[in-house]
Amino acid sequence: MRQVAIYGKGGIGKSTTTQNLTAALGEMGKEIMIVGCDPKADSTRLILGGLAQQTVLNTLREEGEDIELDEIMKTGFANIRCVESGGPEPGVGCAGRGIITSINMLEQLGAYTDNLDYVFYDVLGDVVCGGFAMPIREGKAEEIYIVASGEMMAMYAANNISKGIQKFATTGKTRLGGIICNSRNVDNEFEMIEAFAKELGSQMIHFVPRDNVVQHAEINKKTVIDYDPTVKQADEYRTLAKAIDNNDMFVIPKPMTQERLEEILMDYGIMG
Amino acid sequence: MSEFKQLQDKILDKYPARVMKNRKQHILIKDDNEKQEIAANTRTVPGIITNRGCCYAGCKGVVIGPIVDMVHIVHGPIGCSYYAWGTRRNKGKAREDGKNFLQYCFSTDMQESDIVFGGEKKLKKAILEAYEIFKPNAISISATCPVGLIGDDIHQVAKQAQEEIGIPVLAFSCEGYKGVSQSAGHHIANNKLMTDVIGKTDEAAGKFSINLLGEYNIGGDEWEISRVLSKIGYNVVTTMTGNSTIEEIAKAHNADLNLVQCHRSINYIADMIETKYGIPWIKLNFIGIEAMSNSLRAMAKFFDDPELTARTEQVIKEETDDLKEEVEKYYELCKGKTAILFVGGSRAHHYQGLLKEMGIETIAAGYEFAHRDDYEGRDIIPDIKLDADSRNIEEITIEQDPQKYRLRMSKEKYDELKDEIGLSRYDGLIKEMPDGTILIDDLNHYETEMAIKILKPSFFGSGIKDKYIIQKMGVYSKQMHSYDYSGPYAGYLGAKNFMRDVAAGMFTPAWSYIKAPWTTQPALKGKIAEKGA
Repeated sequence: MRQVAIYGKGGIGKSTTTQNLTAALGEMGKEIMIVGCDPKADSTRLILGGLAQQTVLNTLREEGEDIELDEIMKTGFANIRCVESGGPEPGVGCAGRGIITSINMLEQLGAYTDNLDYVFYDVLGDVVCGGFAMPIREGKAEEIYIVASGEMMAMYAANNISKGIQKFATTGKTRLGGIICNSRNVDNEFEMIEAFAKELGSQMIHFVPRDNVVQHAEINKKTVIDYDPTVKQADEYRTLAKAIDNNDMFVIPKPMTQERLEEILMDYGIMG
Repeated sequence: MSEFKQLQDKILDKYPARVMKNRKQHILIKDDNEKQEIAANTRTVPGIITNRGCCYAGCKGVVIGPIVDMVHIVHGPIGCSYYAWGTRRNKGKAREDGKNFLQYCFSTDMQESDIVFGGEKKLKKAILEAYEIFKPNAISISATCPVGLIGDDIHQVAKQAQEEIGIPVLAFSCEGYKGVSQSAGHHIANNKLMTDVIGKTDEAAGKFSINLLGEYNIGGDEWEISRVLSKIGYNVVTTMTGNSTIEEIAKAHNADLNLVQCHRSINYIADMIETKYGIPWIKLNFIGIEAMSNSLRAMAKFFDDPELTARTEQVIKEETDDLKEEVEKYYELCKGKTAILFVGGSRAHHYQGLLKEMGIETIAAGYEFAHRDDYEGRDIIPDIKLDADSRNIEEITIEQDPQKYRLRMSKEKYDELKDEIGLSRYDGLIKEMPDGTILIDDLNHYETEMAIKILKPSFFGSGIKDKYIIQKMGVYSKQMHSYDYSGPYAGYLGAKNFMRDVAAGMFTPAWSYIKAPWTTQPALKGKIAEKGA
């Protein structure tokens, strides 16, 4: 079982990329579980064809400790098992603690079955506290992909996330598997992210071009492969899925200084 | 070399350089010829096994908890509430309305899902439920550590609840991690009582009206003090906060004099009341026969009424005449014995006179959570450097109340009394200690052991955390925070109780007859094997 965590700046397209990617892996016949680690509980909408009705934490709150796995786990497109951790509304409680509680609960309930090929954790925005680092702690995801684009703040966030990974990597088995470029049609984006990934000591695992069909599929609560398996964008996600499935480059990232990051932006963003 | 110097060296020698540098500033050999400084109210060295408590303990456990007709809700997991349940032994009696909730333990019993989703709704429910069942005259909410971490807005909940149920609901952000000891909690509690309770009810207080501040009615102390005060003719408006009610505290500003017993935990209120309402305060001591009589005489001087003065002397005579024989008996039994007092932010000072009256000399003393002014006197307050830990505690600014402020006497009279009986003055513990004896701030486990081994005291007044270690070393130890199961110890009758308990304890040295097995037998047994066997 490969456990994979997807991080990246808020709004960069982590959930969209994760679901399209898992749909492609599912199509290849892989057994997959997605664990949504965002209090908004919207990480599995495209796989399930709508928002999950019951999050782990809500169920835990309402039912007490007496929970059955099938109350919180739903199966969607390509038999992908979907779980949403859920959490408090903004401004109250502790979402980080919620993720810890939720993942512990999944383990206790036996959600991690041996026949799983992949478990994906879709984690919100930056690593803001210990709870959001839960998926990459000892014994959880050992493989991390960061979703980024050629926009300055996306790269800035990716670099910061790499700092977090470096901390966990030096004490455990967590490694960076690569940067997924979710294109925003920025100038020289391909070259820039490739150089950025190289500077981190990693790779750009795939360049996902921008295509409106993703938006159409989302409106229909579907992944691209589910919505129209024949379009070119579906093949892009299939390529990404293959690249990840065959990936053997797992590194401890070398995050760069702010100056170096700005240099790369200058070199590719303006000069290029 | 004196045994005190030997103790100081022995303690400091053992420490690594950085710890030594830190602890050195907290240990002092009293020198009558010098104005001495001691470090206090600073962070404890991690891992050193301190006796200190937390901010929540100081706020709920010490200052707010003793108010009789309030329901005190602890917002947090159950342990914080359970382990603070009745442990201070602050007693109280219901007034006419029959409301006394001191025996109860109220907690929101936060569970994991309350941490994740926030505990505000549960807290609100707890307040309404407590009100429904008990109809208290007010409710307090004390925040524990996790509440601060997840950011529950307890003040907003309190405000809403107060509007709904129409009784005061006071919220205290006294999360345990704040400050360096329980002292932070005292300050937080003082501030809230000042802004939300004191001054709310105007009512003429009558002649010779006083408030008793920093007296928590441990084992019934306040009852004994008030018995004597009433006998003389004083009118106790309120005690803060032993055996008090919320309404009595609301009337505090109507009194004419504030008597301060525990300086550390309540000096903020004493100062703020003087600024806002013009009531002078005087630091007194009701522990010990002579201290009690001196305190009564100082009060009589303040009110300067011939009849009151005569009555004071008459009561002192009555009370002390009854005691003479008893005291003599204990003095004969105990004379020449020595004591170590390590307790509180004032008690290590208060009990020295009483011990002396039964023939026991205090040779080492220190505080758990006092500040420098409790050791060195209030004169040095302007010199205290505010560190980050103290800045973290809310400071409030109090101004003179345009309607309710009134001078209790002329400026000339005030100045005259200020020198004579010491208004707004406290000279601290160091001054009390005999030349050459030792003072230790924030005493820890290792230092306790060393002090016992080198100074060999007969009595060690301390708290629950070290009591049994001391007893097992063969020295009689008494919890001076809660009086174990006894009391009252204040006032005249209290002095008698204290002498009885201490003498009985010292002359029942059961533990000293027991030898730990490892002192007579080796802990490991084995034999050397033959080569090649």
